[in-house]
Amino acid sequence: MNLLATTTLVVPSIHYLALLPVLTFFGASLVLLLMSALVNTKVTINWATGITVATAIATLVYAFFQWSYIAHHGSTTTVAHAIVLDGFSVIGNVVIAVSLLLSALVAHDWAKRERVAGADFHILALASSAGALLMVQANDLIVIFLGLEILSIGLYVLVGFDRHRATSAEAALKYFLLGGFASAIFIYGAALVYGATGSTNLSSISYFLGNNVVLRPGLLYAGGALLLIGFAFKVAAVPFHAWSPDVYEGAPTPVTGVMASIVKVGAFAALLRVLISALGTQLDTWRPILFVLVILTCVVGASVALVQRNVKRLLAYSSINQAGFMLLGVWSGSARGVASTLFYVMTYAPVVVATFAVVTLIGGTGDDLHSIDHYRGLARRQPWLGGALAVLLFSQLGAPLTVGFYAKYSVLAATIDSGGGALALVAILSAAIAAFFYLRWILALYADDDVEGTRVHVPLFTGKVVAVGVIVAILFGVWPGPLATWCQHATMLFLP
Amino acid sequence: MNVPAAWYLVLAAVLFGIGAFGLLTRRSALIMFMCVELMLNAVNLTFVTFSRTLSDISGQASVFFVMVVAAAEVTVGLGIVVAVFRRRSSTSVDELSELKG
Repeated sequence: MNLLATTTLVVPSIHYLALLPVLTFFGASLVLLLMSALVNTKVTINWATGITVATAIATLVYAFFQWSYIAHHGSTTTVAHAIVLDGFSVIGNVVIAVSLLLSALVAHDWAKRERVAGADFHILALASSAGALLMVQANDLIVIFLGLEILSIGLYVLVGFDRHRATSAEAALKYFLLGGFASAIFIYGAALVYGATGSTNLSSISYFLGNNVVLRPGLLYAGGALLLIGFAFKVAAVPFHAWSPDVYEGAPTPVTGVMASIVKVGAFAALLRVLISALGTQLDTWRPILFVLVILTCVVGASVALVQRNVKRLLAYSSINQAGFMLLGVWSGSARGVASTLFYVMTYAPVVVATFAVVTLIGGTGDDLHSIDHYRGLARRQPWLGGALAVLLFSQLGAPLTVGFYAKYSVLAATIDSGGGALALVAILSAAIAAFFYLRWILALYADDDVEGTRVHVPLFTGKVVAVGVIVAILFGVWPGPLATWCQHATMLFLP
Repeated sequence: MNVPAAWYLVLAAVLFGIGAFGLLTRRSALIMFMCVELMLNAVNLTFVTFSRTLSDISGQASVFFVMVVAAAEVTVGLGIVVAVFRRRSSTSVDELSELKG
């Protein structure tokens, strides 16, 4: 009894401004779920899209308040240091909210075309994005793991969402088995790091490693390597990429857009936090591993894409190649490298969602016209749609005057700054190989042998999404200054 | 009898290895799925052991999170396996070969 009288539970202080985006996303997901369960008639897709868009816009509004809070009070941690509120997490929230907003609009038109009734897609997409938001803000390996799982479990279902195609369920099973495998590896890594440092909190790990000499570093190295493998699976870095082309091809096209944008943002944000803020003192140990990963990812991604005829597989390998460039910024380990990776992820997300929006349109009812031949002459039949796709591809290729150019330039500059000249050279060569398949696709768009093909109908929302992607690609391509400065500010508020 | 903590860690590592090996070699989706669960439980054992050796409760708290995640994975995973089984009347991953290239 005495024990009960003296023990008081210490509730950690919670800073709700930091948690607001995650809570809003979960809340919206639950509201939609309850509406679907309680309302007699099915919740219409209009309601679901409306609520999703409102949630995303609310998160953008919070981001404004979060940013001004950080600007005045500096970065802070909350919930017993498990959650961070810093510039880095605000940018992550913004990118995830924008990606979800665009994806939800594409999915809206897709669901109408495929006659998918109900709010299921939006419920799952909101829950998954909440997981990604959690990963972006996490300051504890367990919280990263939870975010990763919330993100992944929703996506496993989304990938198998299309009941009309057998490939969708097949992709879901493959993604689930390999995703579960990667999660188990990740959490085992977390357990070993916990054993080596005595904490799962990233700040405590960093503090411990900064103030102690690790006598038997085997445990720490094994743990760090397993964490890295877990992340490499999630960002589809070679040699842990085998699932991604199959899953990209099998998943419904709007879901593929979500995977290429939101998953990458969440995984890269968490990877940066783990490597730079927790294991920053071990830079010389993890750099050689990342060195090999970057080379393999860039080269294999670009060269295997050359032989692909299916555009979804092609975009899967293209996104593997892009992941190599993002890893390049991580490799450099400097503030400049972090800022450039942030800029890369931030601009890649809307561009890739818009690209998959066009692929959704061309895929037609049934979502299976994905051969590159279906794109022949598109820009001659529909100059606006074809031209937009060409701009989006040019941006991913890294052509000057598009945002992809500046993104590639800044990661390469950061790499050379950190003494990675050879690595930068390999990456540039891989980009040159990648240019072949992007250009082949663009040439197919402007081929004049099939001008009489069928025109695809462009629904209102999808058209807007494509327009946003093109505007991002061109506007920030010719005027990257403000966005790049914002990323640098965010990084300064992140690195100690 | 005192059992050294290292034994538990080795046991956990062996269990994890068996799980990983099974996942990579077995061809039945259900068995592969059980292997993932085995790996997660090996992680739990590691967490509990370190929690004891470090006299730190947070390792044991982590185990609850891992268990909850494993339960959620079971629900979704079995759903997916059932969906595939309905279409093909088999859970062998060798027959899932429509996606390649």
